[in-house]
Amino acid sequence: MTLHTFVTFGLYLTVLLVLAWPLGLYTARVLEGGKHPLSRLFGWLERGLFRLAGVKETDEQPWTRYALSFLVFNAAGLFLVYLLQRLQGVLPLNPAGLPAVSPHLAFNTAVSFATNTNWQSYGGETTMSHLTQMLGLTVQNFVSAAAGIAVFAAIARGFSRRKTGTVGSFWVDLTRSTLYVLLPLSFVLALALVSQGVVQTFSGKAEVPYLNPPGPETPTQTIALGPAASQVAIKQLGTNGGGFYNVNSAHPLENPTPLSSFLELLAILLIPAALCFTFGRMVKDDRQGRALLVAMTAIFVVFASVCALSEQRGNPVLTAAGVDQAASSTQGGGNMEGKEARFGVADSTLWATATTAASNGSVNSMHDSYTPLGGLMPLVLMQLGEVVFGGVGSGLYGMLVFALVAVFVSGLMVGRTPEYLGKKLEPHEMKMASLVILLPALGVLVGAALAVASPEAVSGLSNPGAHGFSQILYATSSAANNNGSAFAGLTANLPFTNTLLGILMLVGRYGAALPVLAIAGSLAKKGTVAAGAGTLPTHGPLFVTLLVGVVILVGALTFLPALALGPIVEALRLS
Amino acid sequence: MNDLRPALVLLAAFTVLTGVVYPLAVTGLAHVAFPGKAGGSLVYVDGKPVASALVGQPFTDPALFWSRPSATSPAYAGGASSGSNLGPSNPALKTAVQERVATLRTADPSSAPVPVPVDLVTASGSGLDPHVSVAAALYQVPRVAKARGISEESLNAVVARHIEGRTLGLLGEPRVNVVALNLELMGRIPER
Repeated sequence: MTLHTFVTFGLYLTVLLVLAWPLGLYTARVLEGGKHPLSRLFGWLERGLFRLAGVKETDEQPWTRYALSFLVFNAAGLFLVYLLQRLQGVLPLNPAGLPAVSPHLAFNTAVSFATNTNWQSYGGETTMSHLTQMLGLTVQNFVSAAAGIAVFAAIARGFSRRKTGTVGSFWVDLTRSTLYVLLPLSFVLALALVSQGVVQTFSGKAEVPYLNPPGPETPTQTIALGPAASQVAIKQLGTNGGGFYNVNSAHPLENPTPLSSFLELLAILLIPAALCFTFGRMVKDDRQGRALLVAMTAIFVVFASVCALSEQRGNPVLTAAGVDQAASSTQGGGNMEGKEARFGVADSTLWATATTAASNGSVNSMHDSYTPLGGLMPLVLMQLGEVVFGGVGSGLYGMLVFALVAVFVSGLMVGRTPEYLGKKLEPHEMKMASLVILLPALGVLVGAALAVASPEAVSGLSNPGAHGFSQILYATSSAANNNGSAFAGLTANLPFTNTLLGILMLVGRYGAALPVLAIAGSLAKKGTVAAGAGTLPTHGPLFVTLLVGVVILVGALTFLPALALGPIVEALRLS
Repeated sequence: MNDLRPALVLLAAFTVLTGVVYPLAVTGLAHVAFPGKAGGSLVYVDGKPVASALVGQPFTDPALFWSRPSATSPAYAGGASSGSNLGPSNPALKTAVQERVATLRTADPSSAPVPVPVDLVTASGSGLDPHVSVAAALYQVPRVAKARGISEESLNAVVARHIEGRTLGLLGEPRVNVVALNLELMGRIPER
C-alpha cells in the first residue's frame, strides 16, 4: 500500500467515527420519541401523517403485528414500483421517450428497491423515466432504509424491555426514521454533491459537438442529464446503491470529484456505524454498541487493506505488455482497468470494500475488472451476511444475531446458559438466529448452482473460465444478501436470471428480518438476569475477538469451496 | 386489515414527500446556488456549448492529447455509460491493451522503449473519464509537440497549467483534464 492509501483510509475512518457518534445518539432520541430540534420544526407534519394514517403514537405492537405491518407496507411499495415501470411509456416526465419495462425486469427491479438491495439489471439512463426514478425508486430508497431502521429498533427494544408483549410501532418508527434521519441528511448531501458537479435538472440531455469528431455519422455527443443528485444522496445514505447512471458513481456526472467521492463514501457507512451508538444508548450501556462497532471496523480494515494491496500490485498480464503500473509522483498506478483517473486505487478500493461491507452496492469502479484477490474481498464481505456495518438497520440486526451465536458458542465452552445483555438465550432464539444466518447463505449457494445449470443464465457471462463463475457467484451473493453491486459484465436482464435474483433478494431480506423480529418479541417477554461471576462480559476485547472469529469462521466454512472455484483459481492461474 | 390504511396513506405521503417535494426542493435550490453545475457543467465558447467540463471526449488527432480508452459504443457516448468489465485474466483484455500500446508507439516511434502509463491503455469505469494521469499526459507531449511544430518545453508548460492536484492535498489522484487541455491547444477560450 502506498502512503497515499494509508492517509486516505485513516482520514476516512476518523471522519466517519467522529460523525457517526453524534448521529447515533441523535437517532436514539428519534427512535425513543424524545424531543429534538427537528421534532420541534416538523412535529406538525409527523402528527398530521399519523392522523391521516389512523396511527396513534402510543399504539404499540407485538412482534407479529409489527412484522405484518412491515410486510404489508413493503408489498404496497413493491406493487407501486412495478406499476410505474410497466406504465412509464404513457406517464409524464419521460423526456427520453422510454418504453414500458419488461415484466421480468419490472419484477426484479421492484423487489430490488423494496428490499433495500438496488440490484440493477438495467442501465439507468437508458431504461427508467424520470417519473419512475423519482416516484418509484427514490421513494423506495427512503422507505426501505427506514424499514431497516424500524426492524433494528424493534430488536433493540427487545433487549431493553422487560416482561412486555410489544416491541414498538412499525408505523411510528418508519415515519420518524424517514422524517428526522434520512430526509434531512439526504437534503444536505444532495446540495453538497451539486456543488461538486453532480447534475440535478429535469431536462433529459444536452448535445455538444465533438471537438475532434470521431466520424461523420456522430458529429455530436449526447450527455444524459436528470435529477441525479437527489437520488444519489439517498442511495448512498440508505445503503441502497441504485445509481442514476448505468455505471453508478463511476460516472463523472454522478461523482465528479475526489471530494464528492469522499462525501458519498462517508454516506455509505455513516448510518450503519451510527446505529451502533444508537444501540448502546437504547440498551443503556454505550460500551455494548462500541464493542460491535470495533468488531465491524476491525474486519473492514483488513479486507480494505488486502483489496488495496492487490489492486496496487496491478495485473501481471499488463506489465508483460509494456505497461507501467508502478506508483510514482506522476501517476497512482495499479490495476486501472475499470477505474477512474480522478479516484485511482485508494479511493476505488476503499469504496469497493465499504459498499460491500455495508449492503450498499453502489460502485465508483468496475469490480468485474478487479484483480482476483482484489475482487475476492467485496465478494466475501457480502457473503459474511452483510454484518460488517451492513445495511441501514439490517447490518446491525444481523451483527446482533452473530453476537447471540458468539455468546452461545462461548456458553457451550464453559457449560453455562448463554445470556446477552441480561437476557437468557434459549432454544427459540438460537433457532431463529440460525435461520438468519442460514437462509441467505442457502440462497447464495443454491442460487449459484441453479444459475450455473441454466444455459440462459450462463449465456449472460462476459468472461471465460473461472472469472465467469465468479460473475455468477458474485450476483447470487449480492442478491441474497441485499447488496446490489455486481460483476457488471454479467448480462442479468434475462427472464430466468431476473426471476431467480428477485427471489433471492426476497429470501435475503425477509429470511433475516422476520426471524429477527421473532427474536425481538421473545426477548421483550423475558425478564433480565443480573450479571454474575460466570457471565461473559460482552463489551471487552475478548468478546470482540470471539465475535470476529464467529463471523469469519461461519463465512469461511460456508463459502470457501465455492470461492475456490472462482477467484482463488483465477488468482493462482494469473500469478 | 388494520394495516392497509396506514400502509397506503404513508406510502402515498412518502411518495409525495420524498419522490416529489424532496427532488423539487433540491432542484430549486441547486439552480439558484449552482446553476451551471446542476445542468451538467457545460463549457461555452462564443455562446455555444462545446463540451461538459466533466465528461470526456474521444480524440484521435495526433496534434491533440488523447483520452483514456472507452468501453462505451461508440467511444465516449455520453448517453450510455459503461466499463469494459473485462476480467483480469480475460484474453480480450490482453489483446486490447497490446493493440493500444502498439497504436501509441506507432503514433510516436521515439517513445518505444518507455513503458506506457497504465491509465492510458486501460478503459475507465465510466467510459467517460475526462482525465488522464499526469504521467499519461507527459507521455504524449513528444507526439503532440512534433505534430504541432512547437517545443516540448512550451507544451510541458501548458500541461503543467492543467494539472489538478489532490483535493486538500489528500484526496484522489493528480490528473489532467484532457478536454480542458485540448480546448486551450485549439485556441478556444471558455467563457467564465
